[in-house]
Amino acid sequence: MKPLLAAPVETPDLEQATRSAEELDVPWQVVVHNDPVNLMTYVTMVFQKVFGFTREKAEKHMLEVHQLGRSILWSGMRERAELYVQQLHGYLLLATLERAA
Amino acid sequence: MEIERAGTHLKISELDPFLAELLRQIPESANPSGSEAAEQRLFSAPADASEKELCTEWKVYVEPELRRLFQSATERVAADLEQLNGNGKPFANCTLRIPLANAEAWLSALNQARLVIASKYNFSDAELCDHYRSPMGSRRDLSLFQVNFYGFLQECILREIAP
Repeated sequence: MKPLLAAPVETPDLEQATRSAEELDVPWQVVVHNDPVNLMTYVTMVFQKVFGFTREKAEKHMLEVHQLGRSILWSGMRERAELYVQQLHGYLLLATLERAA
Repeated sequence: MEIERAGTHLKISELDPFLAELLRQIPESANPSGSEAAEQRLFSAPADASEKELCTEWKVYVEPELRRLFQSATERVAADLEQLNGNGKPFANCTLRIPLANAEAWLSALNQARLVIASKYNFSDAELCDHYRSPMGSRRDLSLFQVNFYGFLQECILREIAP
């Protein structure tokens, strides 16, 4: 039978652990960037499908991308933001994940 | 060329041999191999380069999935395009029926092809808005026509699948 405490347990680096937790709490943004090739109607359809937006809201974001070069589509936890960016890349949109300022 | 909805299909009739050939070229045109610019556009970075860990993990875990997704779409489109390889007269107009169940695959393949061609030729915004340029001038003009024709088809498909 193995002894329960065979070797000393390494002390975790508390400072490092705290920093990681803070990083996880920082909200992340899903940003879509302008692309002259993707059609406006196509981009609107993708926003409706991925985020469940109404047509009006999807068009508002699409026009923001078109006129301002980018639009923040969603903000929140990193894991979900990554999933959204993955879906948007699946539709071939130029999307990135950014830490909220 | 005429496009109409026919039950569970999108019917493209009166396709002349030139447009039919452009359709046949969708799967090949969607392939980014050999063009760094096209590869970078289809598989763009998920974040700023300073997010090294995220970008590296993305390359390893997400990019292969996206490749499979894109390939699956072009394969479905290639299967639909088999209709154009029938035994009809060589220069006769033909008809293509796209099942609406494949509409998303078509949208994806057409988009892949447009992005790959546009990346290879580095078209300017002004060129992309020039819908009246003849395809007969040069290879570049033909490719621009191809991008616009595929865009027109995307618009038609979007109109048909809109709720």
